Amino acid sequence: MEISELVYDRPDLGKFRVHRSSMTSPEIYELEKRRIFDRCWLYLGHESEVPNPGDYVRRVVAERALFFARNRDGELVVFHNTCPHRGALICRTDHGNAQVFQCFYHAWSFDTSGALIGMPDIDGYGPDFDRAEMSLRSPRFDSYKGFIFVCFDQATESLVEYLAGAAEYLDLVADQSPAGMRVIPGSNRYTIKANWKLLAENSIDGYHALPTHQTYFDYMANEVGGNVPAINNRQGFGRALGNGHGVMENDAIYGRPIAMWHPYFGEEARPEIRRIKEDLIARHGPEKALRMCEKSRNMVIFPNLVINDIMAVTIRVFQPTGPDGMDVTAWEMAPADETGNLLRRRLDSFLSFLGPGGFATPDDTEALESCQHGFRSGGVEWSDLSRGFYRDPRGNDELQMRSFWRRWQSLVADLPHVEQFERGLALGETPEVLPSPELSVAADN
Amino acid sequence: MATQTAPVPPSVGGLPATEESLLLQHEVEQTLYLEARLLDDWNLDEWLTLYTEDARYVVPTTDLPEGDPESDLVFIDDDYNRMAARIVRLKSRHAHREYPWSRTRRFIGNVMVTGTDDDEVEATASVAVWRFRAGESSPYVGRYDVRLRRVDGRLRLCYKRAILDLEELSDHGALSIIF
Repeated sequence: MEISELVYDRPDLGKFRVHRSSMTSPEIYELEKRRIFDRCWLYLGHESEVPNPGDYVRRVVAERALFFARNRDGELVVFHNTCPHRGALICRTDHGNAQVFQCFYHAWSFDTSGALIGMPDIDGYGPDFDRAEMSLRSPRFDSYKGFIFVCFDQATESLVEYLAGAAEYLDLVADQSPAGMRVIPGSNRYTIKANWKLLAENSIDGYHALPTHQTYFDYMANEVGGNVPAINNRQGFGRALGNGHGVMENDAIYGRPIAMWHPYFGEEARPEIRRIKEDLIARHGPEKALRMCEKSRNMVIFPNLVINDIMAVTIRVFQPTGPDGMDVTAWEMAPADETGNLLRRRLDSFLSFLGPGGFATPDDTEALESCQHGFRSGGVEWSDLSRGFYRDPRGNDELQMRSFWRRWQSLVADLPHVEQFERGLALGETPEVLPSPELSVAADN
Repeated sequence: MATQTAPVPPSVGGLPATEESLLLQHEVEQTLYLEARLLDDWNLDEWLTLYTEDARYVVPTTDLPEGDPESDLVFIDDDYNRMAARIVRLKSRHAHREYPWSRTRRFIGNVMVTGTDDDEVEATASVAVWRFRAGESSPYVGRYDVRLRRVDGRLRLCYKRAILDLEELSDHGALSIIF
């Protein structure tokens, strides 16, 4: 099997298939590390996690130990988490605040900008000792509206160019509050024993939502008074955002803290949510504001970041650990100044569906591991992603997944990437919005 | 030199040994053992009868064991209605992570009654829940902080905070059972 033939992409035949070895082969996983994770911009964290000088957070990205911090001048800094001296981890707690970063092994000390400021018995190093050379090293990094990314390849385009059409969708999250957005303390950390690309697919797969997450919809309908007819009239579309990023955008079918009231939130929340909506209209105009309030969005930023703006706003990132494993971390976001009942409702809304103890996420974990087991059974070489190939992309079609796989194919085979927007849609064009009456619930996992 | 600080709330001692406190200790232990057995047997409807209708069941995230569901992200923050809905879900064949149900065995130890007032009892316990399914066989380990109230002569749980000691949900990939 040629590496360049793992994705079978034939619009003329209405067929789009992915060879299952792309999700099982150790050799392909090694190629992905070099050609995807060493080249793409990868999500690291959010600036709100380090609000004050000296704040730091450590994290692993593409198997690399990193940490980011706010230096004493208030600037964002990112470091490889290794002592330039002999290698020990500098940052050994998940987060905290420090005036100096000191390696515990030989007590070399670095200021919050990474400069080597001292070590025991410096006289042992002679007159030509170069402190700058022995300071903490930074990967290339940049931040878009608070979302921090790193890139291990100097030749890759700028972050904004890389984000392409996904930047506008990050705006729809970042602009929800004039106070900015923050990451809420507490994170979901779990492992899925499945190939990482299955989670990218699943995160923008509207087709699975109703069959897989039946218990969630039953819960909303029976316990909370969810509006089931609204599910069947839901309108939405899938969209390629360039560079492999993809989104599905649908009518929201449940409450949104920003800002669509639902019986789930209780009658007393109604005026407050109306006020938020009016504020958004005043600040952003009706078109953007109503989109922010009344539509839900599930987006994959290639390769391993998911931003869900659904019954809650989530950041989810998954780090591959092999062809059949990944570590997942997910966070919840809120407007930085949101407190009290509004924040409580937001937290509760998240838990109804999301997280390893929620009413839906465990089912996705099961589905992905089930696929990975199924791959081992043999007999079937290809997985099918051709849904909706022949029509304008609906929210429960698979255009957004195909755009992910096309980008994956060109990177992993080291081919030039040619953007293909199905049905002649260019970036920035909005497809005609059509209801998907036969099954119209989006995946909000 | 910076020092490491103990988690909040600090470690607590039990009640002085009186005849009354021994009986209470026995009663609290039996309630927790009964809960463990009902959950191991997947006798979920019966399990819910151990709780008062104003009960709350909270599981903080692994990275923030002191997490407050009013302001932090937690794994589970159920009132009685959502506990009941969780049972409906787990009994259906559509809670896919638990279809078929996993086998579990709960071990409850170190039960300490830490306080009483007019109508409520506070206790803590150590817990290990071994879960077996689809080749996985590892425990959820942690601590229960509970409050119980006497209703019609029987102690019932009105609050359970189940705190995981795991660093992450790395073996089971979810918290698909009631912990």
